[in-house]
Amino acid sequence: MTAAVLFENVSRHFGAVRAVDAVDLAVAEGEFFAMLGPSGSGKTTCLRLMAGFEQPTAGHIEIFGETAEGVPPYRRSVNTVFQDYALFPHLSILENVAYGLMVKGAAREERRKAAEDALAMVKLPGYGVRRPGQLSGGQRQRVALARALVNKPKVLLLDEPLGALDLKLREQMQEELKSLQKSLGITFVFVTHDQGEALSMADRIAVFNDGRIQQLGTPEEVYKQPRTRFVADFVGSSNILPPEFVAQLGAAPQFASLRPEAISLGQSGHGRLVLDGTVLSRSFLGAANRVLVIVNGTRINVMSPAAASIPAEGDPVQLSFDRTDLHLMEAAS
Amino acid sequence: MRSDKSASAPFGLKIAAAGGLLFLHLPLLLIFLYAFTTEEKSYQFPPPGLTLKWFAVTWERADVWQALWLSVRVASISTMIALVLGTLCAAAVSQTRFFGRETISLLVILPIALPGIITGIALRSAFSLADIPFSFWTIVLGHATFCIVVVYNNAVARFRRVSGSLMEASMDLGANGFQTFRYIILPNIGTALLAGGMLAFALSFDEVIVTTFTGGQQSTLPIWMLQELIRPRQRPVTNVVAMVVVIVTFLPILGAYYLTRDGDQIAGSGK
Repeated sequence: MTAAVLFENVSRHFGAVRAVDAVDLAVAEGEFFAMLGPSGSGKTTCLRLMAGFEQPTAGHIEIFGETAEGVPPYRRSVNTVFQDYALFPHLSILENVAYGLMVKGAAREERRKAAEDALAMVKLPGYGVRRPGQLSGGQRQRVALARALVNKPKVLLLDEPLGALDLKLREQMQEELKSLQKSLGITFVFVTHDQGEALSMADRIAVFNDGRIQQLGTPEEVYKQPRTRFVADFVGSSNILPPEFVAQLGAAPQFASLRPEAISLGQSGHGRLVLDGTVLSRSFLGAANRVLVIVNGTRINVMSPAAASIPAEGDPVQLSFDRTDLHLMEAAS
Repeated sequence: MRSDKSASAPFGLKIAAAGGLLFLHLPLLLIFLYAFTTEEKSYQFPPPGLTLKWFAVTWERADVWQALWLSVRVASISTMIALVLGTLCAAAVSQTRFFGRETISLLVILPIALPGIITGIALRSAFSLADIPFSFWTIVLGHATFCIVVVYNNAVARFRRVSGSLMEASMDLGANGFQTFRYIILPNIGTALLAGGMLAFALSFDEVIVTTFTGGQQSTLPIWMLQELIRPRQRPVTNVVAMVVVIVTFLPILGAYYLTRDGDQIAGSGK
């Protein structure tokens, strides 16, 4: 099967800055693909390379088997939902949504019908006569989505689409985007710096840092088996244990990650590794308690269920975890 | 209290405002008044009598029509040149980053900060060095130097408020460069261009200094008026022409004011 988007050794350098550096990736058709990373990690540049706003310095890009280098944005079968939505302020909502059809020369009645259908799909029926300035942030987001989808793109690119929304709206939109993607069957490529968003929505995640992909895999793989320290640190809030510490546990002397929620306070079960430490601090997070424990000079975060009893600060405490939860990582950062 | 628009201003402030307005506009009213006087050699006050005959006399004078027609042509062509070059300059400076961008921005604005006499002398020496005879086009070139600035200033301010992602969004939705200009850029900067163009037209229409250096023997309307004051012949004719100039330049400036006043709603970005 041809990949929806294929990057072969793609680089985009701005002078001495390697925004994207020798990236290989293949987004499968119908996939919900997330590009996750801190700002400046190259994820947005990758998205812009797919959209055609940037051209690669080196390497090869294909969209559904067709070479994309040198093809301007207006001749690509991809559409983008912009971070600031980029709705046209001088056009009505209906004209905004119908814009893509208008420039392609669709008949007036046809594009009005299509735009109204698209607005209904994003749950904004009857909003066509309004102006972008009269809508809330969440509504503009939906309009931006409708404006992109009305063109029936083969790939939909989303640049931090939920970044400007408040928490509750964001969770609701996550659900909606996911179900929309399922029902339409369109390939979604999604840029975000929010690991929770990436984990909950994506079929696969590419974790970016310094213009390179650190790891590419399913949310579960990326979360449970981080390949590098960066991934362990960025995806979730894993404990990163130094090689000396890991050696004491009887494993190879490498950096290892240990998820806070994989650790229990006190001894529990057989065959688990046990560490003795002292409670440094604790904080109540609602559903859980976060306890910071110091073991042989190494700080370890423990996520403990709210119901469990928590020792006081300064008290000695025993930590236990399953050996399989200790995940060894590659030496590279 | 400050936001209370209905509160009446103190008496002293009203007097000051009235004084300021009188100072600005009383001389204009005098010009208008003497367009109707019956006496043609000197301006005595009060005018011995009022008449409308100078309007008819002005209408018959070929030299007035010639000067007016030259001024209108110069102002129109300079404004058009300024619209094209000023907009292109503003687009380059506000939409892209390149080496020397700030310098170019400053250099474009410089001609309006320079005294007109410097611009005039510079152009005149340049023309004579290059052996270019004075013509309609030398006047147009002189006027275009400051008209570009006005258009550029208006356009650059509006370009800054039009988010760059609008253009990318348009391209992304399938519009080529021309369609993006026509459907997205032009509607967003249109009023700014119209306002800039009107101001440029008004500036060019009453320009004297640069024109004296680049016009040779030709008389634009303001130059013609200056000559009339030195060699009085049917003096009130000058006043009639002055009235017309006031009206012709005032209308576009008023239009520009109203067009840019509402700019905030037009160019608000999608944020």
